[in-house]
This record gives sequence, structure tokens and C-alpha cells, in this order.
Amino acid sequence: MKRVLTGNYAAAYGATAAKVNVVAAYPITPQTTIVEILSEIVANGELNAEFIKVESEHSALAACIGAQSAGARTYTATSSQGLALMHELIHWTARARLPIVMTNVNRALGPGWSIWADATDSVSQRDTGWMQVYCENNQEVYDTTLMAYKISEHADILLPTLVNLDAFFLSHTSQVVDMIDQDRVDAFLPTYAPEYKLDIDNPRSFGSLTSPDHYYEFSYKMHKAHEAAKQIIPEVHAQFAKEFGREYGMTESYRCDDAEYLLVTYGTIAGTTMDAVDRMRDKGIKAGALKIRYFRPFPSEEVRSILKNAIKVGVIDRMISFGHEGAFFTETKAAMYGETVPLYGFIAGLGGRDVSIKDIESMVDKMQAEDPSNLIWIGVKE
Amino acid sequence: MSVTDELKAAVQAQTNKSGDAGHPMEDFLRMDRIPHIWCPTCGIGVVVNCFARALEKIGIPLDDVAVVSGIGCTGRVAGYVKIDSFHTTHGRAIPFATGLKLGNPKLKVVVISGDGDLVSIGGNHFVHAARRNVDITVICVNNFNYAMTGGQMAATSPTDSILTTSPYGNFETPFNLPFLAESVGATYVARWTALHIHRQTEAMIDALTKPGFTFVEILAPCPTIFERRNKFGDGLDRLNYYYEHSEIKHGEPTANVDVGLRTKIIVGKFVDKDRPTWLDSMNSHLKRKLGDRFTPYEG
Ligand SMILES: Cc1ncc(C[n+]2csc(CCOP(=O)(O)OP(=O)(O)O)c2C)c(N)n1
Ligand code: SF4
Ligand SMILES: [Mg+2]
Repeated sequence: MKRVLTGNYAAAYGATAAKVNVVAAYPITPQTTIVEILSEIVANGELNAEFIKVESEHSALAACIGAQSAGARTYTATSSQGLALMHELIHWTARARLPIVMTNVNRALGPGWSIWADATDSVSQRDTGWMQVYCENNQEVYDTTLMAYKISEHADILLPTLVNLDAFFLSHTSQVVDMIDQDRVDAFLPTYAPEYKLDIDNPRSFGSLTSPDHYYEFSYKMHKAHEAAKQIIPEVHAQFAKEFGREYGMTESYRCDDAEYLLVTYGTIAGTTMDAVDRMRDKGIKAGALKIRYFRPFPSEEVRSILKNAIKVGVIDRMISFGHEGAFFTETKAAMYGETVPLYGFIAGLGGRDVSIKDIESMVDKMQAEDPSNLIWIGVKE
Repeated sequence: MSVTDELKAAVQAQTNKSGDAGHPMEDFLRMDRIPHIWCPTCGIGVVVNCFARALEKIGIPLDDVAVVSGIGCTGRVAGYVKIDSFHTTHGRAIPFATGLKLGNPKLKVVVISGDGDLVSIGGNHFVHAARRNVDITVICVNNFNYAMTGGQMAATSPTDSILTTSPYGNFETPFNLPFLAESVGATYVARWTALHIHRQTEAMIDALTKPGFTFVEILAPCPTIFERRNKFGDGLDRLNYYYEHSEIKHGEPTANVDVGLRTKIIVGKFVDKDRPTWLDSMNSHLKRKLGDRFTPYEG
């Protein structure tokens, strides 16, 4: 069934289709409409779930952790300051190997209070052990939410997923979204049945003190699970495409095959970049775009195989790792270790500043210039 | 003259403190930030006005005062008052204020923030600052919801109230804030509504001049969300409701002052007692233990 939905509603309907049992969330702009529509869906009885209107984000994730440990499929959503407040439990979720799915609406952090798009919030959670996906449109938000449960809950993975969408550009913008019939979702995503859970008939204790004898292996296994995810994610994508006809990858390449100038990016800037690529192609510039969907696990081999034949590569980040460069730029460079293609990092659109097709074309101009610097800020007002 | 013209004339006839044409609150507000973001007939402006008058009546130099707010419609107060002010993160106004007070004990530190900020996400800090009796005044604008984010159910929303996350009414039990404040140790606790401008000003004067953790709750209309969704009309209708339903009961045991959705509202001064502040306790305790080796901390 096709409906016109905002990105936030697409996320909420994705979680609804996944038949989550427990939702715990605290409102924050621009995530609020997710919480609002979900509380309505639950109150109307359209989703047989419990919705706890907790008193903070820290409690939201804690409640999800509790519920998930008892065998429930859980969902929460937040943004920016809220995600930062959850940080302690974000680590906990992954280390406890709980396959929770959370939507994060990418928003800048204060001060300089800002409610607009910026990926600093989620990128700051890079080393927690969560898988992270960035969406470009609302259909992708819906589909990714559904697939995230299947991927996270896979017995060889058991890691949580953070599904990211840009503030306002997606969260509050309406697009047509094809929603999948419930029986077909159910066939794709069976009921959550964890092997380990809190169970009074089979008592277990979670979260106990771990000596250096074991902690190291816990971490090793989490990393192995991320590596396994790199194999399993494409399998789930393939199954999704077979069932529902929509194709996804850990990355998505656009006119990359013969491209000389390749732009790598994520989130909504990816859509704009693809339009810019078309324009540049019309002008005879062989440009291409590589959208990165998965930031963790990072698809290094895939990125490398796509980029290695380009003449120059630019990476556009809507965040800055202060004192260094954009985080996706860092990852891309690491993936390209040993290759000789020059790479350039572009910082654009921080705090929701618009990134236009012209801005993106200007990046290719800058890459073509002689001896460009490695980190280029787009549109700074000096 | 039409009513609008009359109003315009009245506004133009206003004078500031120096007698020049201008807003009477000019000395107190950052006029470059005005117009403010608050909706017509919102109750927050009333509280700001009363707070200014309270400071004026006390006669304290504005340089000796600092206002700390969290995030929310009420949190905006910090940005509008022409006083040293701190717009902190959501829920953390009280710990920021505690640090500020300890860093400079000579400052009069006032927290003005919303119910969600102070007792939902920031509830733990409220409880502990009152327990320690940190010498700050907390003014809570209680509009029974998270207004800034569009009106979700909060820890203060009366049972049965309709909000965006409680479409069929809230089934939880809300906080009774005066009861909470008293039980964790506040030295002064009062509640008024946005209608009671003189009494709330007096309560603020009491709270600002009394040592220790002093607490004033002001019930305020949020016409855009709470009043609209719960069919209370606009802000003026709600003031009328307060007028008809408020009952002044000084000294009423705070356990009795719950606010229901459409019940009577008990207002008044409920608690006024003396307890040593955190700083006094620390100084006297360590003086006792260490004698001359200890120099009392005064900032
Ligand atoms: C950590 C964090 N979570 C959520 C928010 C979003 N947020 C901003 S204001 C607010 C609620 C404000 O409610 P209240 O304190 O009652 O103030 P009011 O707007 O009602 O005056 C929320 C949830 C935030 N800024 N930071
Ligand atoms: S939303 Fe409510 S609390 Fe916020 S400014 Fe408007 S009326 Fe006031
Ligand atoms: Mg409020």
C-alpha cells in the first residue's frame, strides 16, 4: 500500500510493521512525531505493544534494554542531545548483544542550540559496537528499519542497529512510501525468539563482573559479529529485494563505472550529489557518486573496489571530527590504503546549512584545480 | 477608537524607568531579542514580569543575580532577561546552578524552568539539591506538558489529560510538586497560578530572600497545546478557570494539594522553615572537626 509519509512516520510505521513489543522514548525535536504517531498506533490497538513514556533518553534506552533482555523486541528513537544522553547505555546495548533498533534523526549538538541536520550525533557513537545505517529517502527509512531487525537479530550478529535520517530534510518531508502488507512482513521477519533471555524457569544472570580473562574475548566476538554482518547484510538485502523488489547495498553506486571524479557521501546529501552528477555528465565531466549506507560495519573492500579506478575522489561529510577531518573521509582513506588515487575531504552542511547541486559541482571544480588542499570547507563565511 | 487602536495607544504611552517612551520592562529585558517566541496568552511572560517586579522590590542590583534555565519554552527565559543568564542543557539547570552558587556564593542564583525540565528529565537533581539545601531559588512554570516539543505527556500531566502521547488521556499519576519539594527538604514551598500576579510576586520575594532551597510553582496556561487539547479555551479562559477554581490555603499539608485535570486548585504558601544551607553545614561541620586548621569557604 502506497502512502505519503514523512521520514519520521516511515520510521514509526517500519517499527510497527516489525511488531515491536515495547517502545520507550522521550520526545526531542525533530524526532517527536515518531513518538507521537507510535503512541497513537499503540493506544488505538493497531500495535500490540507497551509504550512507556519515560522521563529521559537515558531511561528510554535503559527500559528497552530491560525489555529486550526479557525477550521482547523493542524500539526507541531520539536525536542529538538525546542520543548523547544515552551514550552510557548505547555501549551497554551492544556489549550485552541486544539487537535493539533505534532511529536517530541526525541533528546538531549545542551550544549554538540547533535543531537542524548534522551527523555529529551518530558519528560520535562510532565505537560503541552498534551497526549504523544512513538513509537517503523515506522509503529507505521504512525498509531499513524492517531489515535492521532481521539483521540485528541474526544469531551470528546479535548487535543493535542505529538507523539515521537527516533532520527535516527527511524527518519532516513527505514522500511516497510503499508499505508492505503485514503477512508478507511477518514471513520476512519472524517473531523475535532469542536464545538467551531473562527467564524465571531458566534463571540467568546478566551484566556481571568480567575479569581480564574474558573481557578481551567479549570484545573480539563483537568484532567478529561485525565481520559476519558484512556477509549477512547483503544476504538480507538480497532476500528483501527478492520478496519486495527494492534493492539495497551496504553502499550504492551511481554512474561510478567509468567515473573519473567520484564523490562519496551519505544521507540526504547523496541524493543531491546524484543530481549533481547528472548535470556534470551533461557538461561532459565524468562524475559519479558513491552513497555509503553502512558506516558500521564499514564496507571497506566494497568502497575500495568502486573507488580505485577513479582519477580523483572527494568525500563529503556533514560533520567534522575536530582536529582531524570528516569521519567518512577518514574511513574512506583507510579503505583506500595502498591505492594511489588522491582523496579530498569536503565539510558541508553543518547544522543544517543547505548543500546545493552547485556546491557539489564546485567540489569537483576544486578537485580539478592544481594541488587542492586535502580538507576543503564549502561555503564558510569568513 | 477601536480596541486595537486603544491597545496600540496604551502601548505607545508606556514609559521606561527613566520616563522615556519605551517598554516598562526595558531595563530588565534584552530588548534586542524581543519579540519573544511565546504564543499569545501563554503564561510564561507573566512569570517573567512578576520575577522582574520581585527583584525590583527586593532592590537587589541585577549584577548580583544570575538566572539559570534548562530547555523548553520556559527555558527561553534565560535568553530574554538582561541579567547574567545561562541557558543550559535539558534537565541540568539545577546542577549548573549548584556549581554557579558554589563558585560564587555571593550571587543570588535563580533557576527558572519548565516542569518537564525540572522534574521529568531533571528530577534527580531537583531531589538532591533540595536534600542538600543548596542555597538557590527554583521557579517552576508548570504547564503540565513538554510544550516546546509540541505537547507530549510529562510527569506533571494530570491523570486523564489529553496530550500528543496520551491521545485517550493519561493513565499515570502525576507529581504533586509542592509535596515532592517539601518531602525532599525545601525550606520554602509555594504555589500560585499565572492569575495571581501579586501573590506570586510576593512568593518570589519570600523565596529569593530566604536562605536554602526555595521553591515556587506557578501553574501557567499553555493555550497552544495543553489548554487547546484539553478544551480549556485560550489563556484568558484558563485564567478565568484559575479564578473560579483556586482556593487559597496557606499552610495546607502538601500531601493534599494534588492538581487534577478539572479539580479545584489549592494555592498558597505551604512550607516556610529554617534549615542550614549546604555551605553553612559544610563550614560549621569542618570547623567543628578541624578547628583553626579550617578556613570557612566563602567563595
Ligand atoms: C536531552 C534532551 N532531550 C530532549 C530534548 C527536547 N526537549 C526540549 S524542551 C523539552 C521539554 C520541555 O518541557 P518543559 O520543561 O515542561 O518546558 P515547557 O516547554 O513546557 O515550558 C524537550 C523534551 C532536549 N533538548 N534534550
Ligand atoms: S507552546 Fe505553550 S508554553 Fe510554549 S509558548 Fe506556546 S503557549 Fe507557551
Ligand atoms: Mg512544561
